[in-house]
Amino acid sequence: MTADTYDSQAANEIVERFGNRPEMLVQILLAFLDRFGWISEQAIRQLADELNLSRADVHGVVSFYHDLRTNPPGCHVVKICQAEACQAMGCRELTAHAEKTLGVAMSSGNDAITLEPVYCLGNCACSPAVMVDGKPYGRVDPARFDALVAAFADGG
Amino acid sequence: MAATRIYVPRETAAVSVGADEVALAIARRAKETDTEIELIRNGSWGATWLEPLVEVAVGDKRIAYGNVVPEDVPDLFEAGLLEGSAHDKRLGPVNEIPYLIEQDRWTFWRCGLIDPLSLADFRAHQGFKALEKAFEIGPEAVISAVADSGLRGRGGAGFPTGIKWRTVADTPADQKYITANADEGDSGTFSDRMLMEGDPLGLIESMAIAGFAVGASRGYFYLRSEYPLTKLIFSRALDLAREAGWLGKNIQGSGFDFDIELHLGAGSYICGEETAMLESLEGKKGIVRYKPPLPAIEGLFGKPTVVNNVVTLTSVPNIVNLGAERHASYGVNRSKGTLAFQLSGNILRGGLVEKAFGITLRELIEEFGGGTASGRPVRAVQVGGPLGAYLPAEQLDTPLDYEAFIAIGAMIGHGGIVVFDDTVNMAQQARFAMEFCAIESCGKCTPCRIGSTRGVEVIDRMIAGENREENYDLLVELCDTMEGASLCAMGGMTPFPVRSVLKYFAEDFSSAVGAEA
Repeated sequence: MTADTYDSQAANEIVERFGNRPEMLVQILLAFLDRFGWISEQAIRQLADELNLSRADVHGVVSFYHDLRTNPPGCHVVKICQAEACQAMGCRELTAHAEKTLGVAMSSGNDAITLEPVYCLGNCACSPAVMVDGKPYGRVDPARFDALVAAFADGG
Repeated sequence: MAATRIYVPRETAAVSVGADEVALAIARRAKETDTEIELIRNGSWGATWLEPLVEVAVGDKRIAYGNVVPEDVPDLFEAGLLEGSAHDKRLGPVNEIPYLIEQDRWTFWRCGLIDPLSLADFRAHQGFKALEKAFEIGPEAVISAVADSGLRGRGGAGFPTGIKWRTVADTPADQKYITANADEGDSGTFSDRMLMEGDPLGLIESMAIAGFAVGASRGYFYLRSEYPLTKLIFSRALDLAREAGWLGKNIQGSGFDFDIELHLGAGSYICGEETAMLESLEGKKGIVRYKPPLPAIEGLFGKPTVVNNVVTLTSVPNIVNLGAERHASYGVNRSKGTLAFQLSGNILRGGLVEKAFGITLRELIEEFGGGTASGRPVRAVQVGGPLGAYLPAEQLDTPLDYEAFIAIGAMIGHGGIVVFDDTVNMAQQARFAMEFCAIESCGKCTPCRIGSTRGVEVIDRMIAGENREENYDLLVELCDTMEGASLCAMGGMTPFPVRSVLKYFAEDFSSAVGAEA
């Protein structure tokens, strides 16, 4: 999920696809996320202009939702569920293992990897649950985690 | 000879443990061996512990093989998979698996059975029959059936669905809305997801019935972003329904117009609260609204709006088809019908168990679930998500009944049951309840926004052994404030798990002190 350079033409096309409707702001921001990887200050300005909203309105929405990141993510985004069902199956230990293996603290990252908490992937009968680049993985013990991230090194 | 049908679920849990790879391996092997097969990606039956669960149609039976991995596939073909022959992983006919036959499948009966994205298969299994019947009997009869059935909201609050629908129907407006709440954020719950992935057309039919009953021409479907596969499946189902004239203008010549727009959440737990969801659907921050006005009177864009959970909605077609009395014959007291209980956490046989209300936690956890996965004793069970109480092993005989749970300071919520063994540190769990509230609070009311952060701090001091008695009293007082003065269930119910830890597991605060010393 490499962050593309911001492209105001592409952004404009997304806004038009949603019919320039201000009530579609959250959906438009999610489409921006798909296209650009993150929400930049430039994107916020353009959205405010095109939807006839104040920049504060758009900024407020962006800062409210956990998904709407305002920094470029690493090439791979690893989310580890931190909620109760996964806690019961050792997600705290798995998280410590992941931090050590990846050399990245939870809720941080580098150009290669972003490590994030998520509060329930809805895969609770296969805890601990993990999502890597949007794909779900269940019953993830440390060995399985290592196998998943080993693929990164192979250019996966 | 017709191609042999092989079923491999395309459902998030199954996919997360390798179902796609198994399907691919089967398709490849069939090609290599010149075998004609028809690969069907069904939903999951809900025996998640057996996923990936592969089935082969042999005669009128579907023979199941459990926990299949791609490496098993050549061996399975060799052993005679296509004839349903013996193999270590063979479980026998899928409809003879005890975990599944002992359920009361009212809402989830098509889940696993059909190809979720085949309109023909859906139609062959009662699909759109209830909507057609609704057109015949009229809106008033539909609302009466829902009211008489005793159906209550399955999202957590348990509000009578019939009353909600009647309120929207009786409120005059130029536009009304149906909103399906699919922001299933409670840990330990996945029934909405399984239903949306396993029977999306059933949900579409249900939303259309609701629209017809209350006079709404537009539906909104609010799906959480954590479910990307669900989005793919449900979007495709919407297209199928539209192409076949089951959504859109003048549905099947009935004169009724109805269409559904899919909206995604953006990773906010509070957007599962109904008014926060409406705000989010309007493109705003998911900030909770004051009530009144109720959404049924002034909801989305200020118009009368039905806000129903996915499972609630999908319970309706069988009420229309089979009758309100039949639905009301399931369950106990004021808890009528069935609930899709979800067994998860430290449990041997995790999955979805749809049973009539009245079953006990012990029956669910021991008989269906087989006890803990670790083999250690059950110490605590959290029912109803992050706002639900932690129950000690002594309370496992409590029947699953909305009022019986309220009586013990707990709630059934959306039916999630998370099991912990005796290695759990309950002081940490109490801390997490407050921490989660601090992370997910919408921030509108002070008790929730500030109280949760103060709660984490107080619990940290208790764990560290600082003035434990004073801090205990302070925590109880904080819980009183949050419970009594918060705007919605987030701040109002976060004290439930915290209080339950103080009541039943207080020793974990002192043992934490012991560990420090």
